[in-house]
Parts: sequence; C-alpha cells; structure tokens
Amino acid sequence: MRHALTETWSGLKRNLGLTMAVVMTMWVSLSLFGAGMIAAQQVNLLKDEWYDRIEITVYLCTAKFQTDGACDPGQDATQEQKDQIRAAIESNPQVQEVFYQSKEEAYQQFLDVFKDNATIRDALSADEMQDSFRVKLVDPKKYDSLTSQIQSMLGVQKIQDLHQILDPVFKWLGALQWGTIGLSVLLLLAAAFQIGTAIRMATFTRGREIGIMRLVGASNFYIMGPFLLESLIAALIGAALAIGTLALGIEFIIKANVQQSLESFRWVGWHEFGISAAFVVVAAIVFSVIPTVISARRYLRV
Amino acid sequence: MIKFEEVSRIYDGQTRAALANINIDIDKGEFVFLVGGSGSGKSTMLKLVLREFRPTTGRIYVAGRNVATLPERKIPALRREIGMVSQDFRLLPGKTVFENVAFALQVIGKPRSLIRKVVPDTLELVGLGDKRDRRPDELSGGEQQRVAIARAFVNQPKILLADEPTGNLDPETSVGIMRLLDRINQSDTTVVMATHDWAMVDQMRKRVIELEQGHVVRDQERGIYGARA
Repeated sequence: MRHALTETWSGLKRNLGLTMAVVMTMWVSLSLFGAGMIAAQQVNLLKDEWYDRIEITVYLCTAKFQTDGACDPGQDATQEQKDQIRAAIESNPQVQEVFYQSKEEAYQQFLDVFKDNATIRDALSADEMQDSFRVKLVDPKKYDSLTSQIQSMLGVQKIQDLHQILDPVFKWLGALQWGTIGLSVLLLLAAAFQIGTAIRMATFTRGREIGIMRLVGASNFYIMGPFLLESLIAALIGAALAIGTLALGIEFIIKANVQQSLESFRWVGWHEFGISAAFVVVAAIVFSVIPTVISARRYLRV
Repeated sequence: MIKFEEVSRIYDGQTRAALANINIDIDKGEFVFLVGGSGSGKSTMLKLVLREFRPTTGRIYVAGRNVATLPERKIPALRREIGMVSQDFRLLPGKTVFENVAFALQVIGKPRSLIRKVVPDTLELVGLGDKRDRRPDELSGGEQQRVAIARAFVNQPKILLADEPTGNLDPETSVGIMRLLDRINQSDTTVVMATHDWAMVDQMRKRVIELEQGHVVRDQERGIYGARA
C-alpha cells in the first residue's frame, strides 16, 4: 500500500501538466453533465406542476364562433345541447370536476383583469366571449378519451387543451437537456482519451520498473494500482470542482435569484443537487477507471 | 524441476521454428549451461520457462506447473519461484544497492521487517555487504551484476535463469560471477545459464545442452563448450 501511494504521488507530480489537463477537462465536462442533470430535474418539476394544473376547456358554439365545430348555423348552442354535453362530460370516469362559465361571466372576468386598461377593456363586448365548460381531470395526462368523446357533439365549437401548447415546449426543453448531456459525454470521452494517453506515457517512463516488477512476479493489480489511483485521484479532483461549481450555481442562480423573482414555480434545490452530484461522481469513476484499465492492460502486457 | 516435452515455438510472421520439438528434463539442483550461436533458441527457452509467451505446441513443466496452459493470472506466482539475471543488469538507477534488491520483495508485498533482515544477508552472500548505499553508476560492471543476482535470489527462488550473465564482463570478473552462481547452485537452487563463454563452460564441467537452429544437438553431462574447445 505504501508503495502504491508513493508511486501514485510521484506519478502525479511527474505528469503535472497532463494531470492538470485531465483535472480541468473533467471539471468542465462534469460541470456540464451535472448541470444537464439538474436542468432535467427542473424540467420534470415544471412538467409535473403544469400538467397537474391543466384543465380542458370546451368552448360552445355562439353566433360568432362557429368554425370547425358542430354548430347550428348562426345559432348559439341550445340549452338541450349544453345539457347533453354536460351529461357526456360527467359520465367520463376521468373527469374530476366540471365548471360552467357563461359568456357573461367570462366577460366579467375579462373586465376584472383589465379594469385599469381602458383600451383593451373597451375592445371587446360580451358577444365576443364564449360559453364554456372547464373540466378538471383526475389524471391530466389522460385527456384523450374525453376529447374524442365530445369533440363531435352538437354545440361544441372547439376543445382547447393546454397539452397542445405545452407538449412542443417540453419537447424542446427535453432536446436541450439531452443536447447538454450529450455534449458533456463527448467532453468526458475526451478526458478518457487524455487519461489513456497519460497512462501510456507513464508506462513508458516507468518501463524498467514495470519490467522488473513483472519479472519478479508482482501481481497485475499491484503493478496497475498506482496508475488506477493516479487517474482516479485526478478525476475525483475534477468531480469535486464540478460539484462545487454546481453548488455555487444552485446557491447564486437558483436560490438567490430566479427563485426570488419567479416564486410561483417550483425550483430545484439541494435534493436535486445531491442526486446530480452522485451521478457526477459515478461518471468521474467510470470515465477514469475504464480508460486506465484498457490502456494499462495494453501497455502492461505480461 | 524444468521439463520440456515436444516443445516448438514459431514466432509470429516467421516460418522457421525458433525451437523445434525440444525434449529436455532438468532435475532439482542441477546446473545446466545452454550453449549455441545467436538465434539458436537459448533465449526463447528461457522466456518460455518464464512464460513470457506460450509454446506453439508441446508442454513445459516448471516447478510442477504446466506453463503452456497456465492462465495469465497465475503467472506472478510462477515467477516468484524463478530468479532471472540478464546481460544488461537492469538495475534501477535512482535506487541504492539495498533499495534495488529490496524492490523485488516490496513489489510482491513482503513485510518491511523481513526485507530489513533478508536483504543484508543476500548482499553479504554476493559480496556487496559494504556497498549497500551506493548507486548503480558508482559500481563496476561485475558489482552491478552481483546486485542483479542478489535481486534475483533474494526471494529464495527454486530456479535461477541467467541469460549471458558474463556477456558484458571481462574474464576475471566473469570468474567471480561464475563462482557466485555455483555457490547459489550449492544451496539446491536449479541454475540454467545461457552463455557464449566457452572458457567458463570448459572450466566448470557441468551439464551442457547445445542448441542449433532450434534443435538440441547435444546434451552432455560434465560437458565442454564444443567445437571451439
């Protein structure tokens, strides 16, 4: 053990330049990797939150809004149609609650929101509003059965469902996360190749010693140990720096900044940070041990 | 102790066999000279004993193991029973005489207390008791070879292989090295020495195995070097 430690130390010193390069590449790539992991968790938080709040709005025909719907030409939906629609909605097992909002109520709500803005307030009248059912679902992700059930019913002009808006947004966010993680994996591969090269050079500079060790019957693990420790230490220093960087990010970007200004959203915190940090450490170990073993096996051949 | 049965070895990309159908049996405690010109297969034989590579065909038993089929992870255990000395000494220039010899024990995990006891005894045996703190570049060629022998012998191997151990030394120094190897042989260690040094072989009158182009052409008890004698 003493031998392994002194050899590791002298190896790290001997290849100081390369060790620094490995540490820095690891630092940057693992920071990116961790940031990608945290971003992924943030997106999931937002997703859960927003999708949980999603309601389906069933807009009913009015004289003014007729396109695409099953409307009687020039007519509002009749009371009979409304009753049938409500009955159909309530019969669906996925439905938790149904609210009816008349166009007058909708107009009133509009006036409340824009009570200080005369230009907008005066631009619309009650006839520009629509009667609607707002439907809350048991599981907001299972909206399909309801929409297919009622969209062709008489009196339904349009079903608006926020999934149509949110799905593309989250698709892009997802692509962004995976792009980040993919990029970081490329950098990690670069770090792995650096480590492989460093080990190869080290086996050359210690060629005579290694030759003697093999000749007198030192075990492979004993010969490889210092090399393994060396790259592991460099990678773990890189991981520690990356975790520090991520912690600063959580503290100064999330906690001290966006969380204050955008309070209504749920933001990632130390829990999500911890999960990412664990993945960072695992990635550091995997991307240092594997290239070392491969490289050492090739150049330390018996 | 060492037994070759129908052993052939062909190097990659070559058609001629470096060793062809070799049958040799070397008993425990024997002293054997391997003689023959360059490329006759002497070094290949020693390397096969060390399991630096496998024979192309045949079986080789070393200290009870068939090294032809020995899995890679068992090679270290095999080599702990074999000491190896080569023409170019292969000492570590940054380490003292003591450290060079101790290195062979350290890297197989022997405790320091044992190393402190065994290494001085071995240095005494090879006649370097008073030079333990010198570095290799402060020693003569003969002394460096003694360090190499001490390192090969310090773990009390059953077999000592020597590949041209006197090849870089003057005749007088060579005699000293030869006596040392003989002394090691007296302690029941099997010694196999590949050499070109005909004067030495003729003087020692030990078993001589002569190789020529990969074939054993002579195996003689109390032999002499051969044609040149």
